[in-house]
Amino acid sequence: MEIRRQEDCIEISELDPFLAELLRQVPESTNTEGVESAQQRLFSSPAPASEREMCAEWKLYVEPELRRLFHTATQTVALDLQQLNGSTKPFANCTLRIPAKNSDAWLNALNQARLVIAAKYNFSEADLCDHYRSPIGSRRDLGLFQVNFYGFLQEFILHGLEKE
Amino acid sequence: MHPPLKLSVESPAIEQETRTAEERDLPWQVVVHNDPVNLMSYVTMVFQKVFGLTRENAERHMLEVHQQGRSILWSGMRERAELYVQQLHGYLLLATLERTS
Repeated sequence: MEIRRQEDCIEISELDPFLAELLRQVPESTNTEGVESAQQRLFSSPAPASEREMCAEWKLYVEPELRRLFHTATQTVALDLQQLNGSTKPFANCTLRIPAKNSDAWLNALNQARLVIAAKYNFSEADLCDHYRSPIGSRRDLGLFQVNFYGFLQEFILHGLEKE
Repeated sequence: MHPPLKLSVESPAIEQETRTAEERDLPWQVVVHNDPVNLMSYVTMVFQKVFGLTRENAERHMLEVHQQGRSILWSGMRERAELYVQQLHGYLLLATLERTS
């Protein structure tokens, strides 16, 4: 895999089928359905539990806004990822171009995905710092690899934003 | 000629404000809490964007969150503090609004 910054996009080329599949899974990985801990993390409480009125108002008025924001970011990423479906050869390497204007949406969706996966598998800080674990052990190990791979992409996008 | 208009204005319903003015005006603080998933560089960028902090200041707060578990980013009126917390949640940071003790 090669990743480089172009004038108006980030180009990820020589994407092998495995990494391309991990990228395709970004939108799906943001789904919190059935994962209570992930829902609690994405829609965390705005105040201590003693502030009951504030927390209730937040659920009513702010949470729907946040849901909309997260959904829009995920949709933008899903549209960009359609580039990966164009290849005629099933196991060929492919290229993904992330438009610079979509950087914020990518940062948000990658973050959602990382938080949901981490909540789902209950990763500890020690787990998250283990960058050498093979992804070919269990679904959990693959999840850890996904979190770190998405983190790497976030770092690259952030680095570009700093230069702007 | 129109007859003089009879205006009948009903007394407006006054909604009961459950919080006292004093409660509303108390300074509130925006607290960001540590979480192991968010990248340090990401948290720094969010602090710069939301609070307009310099890179150095944003990094100082980020390190405080990382090392102490929390950092107070802002304090002041409740409405503005709520807006900041909403923005931080939009960036998926763990942030809360707390009354200044």
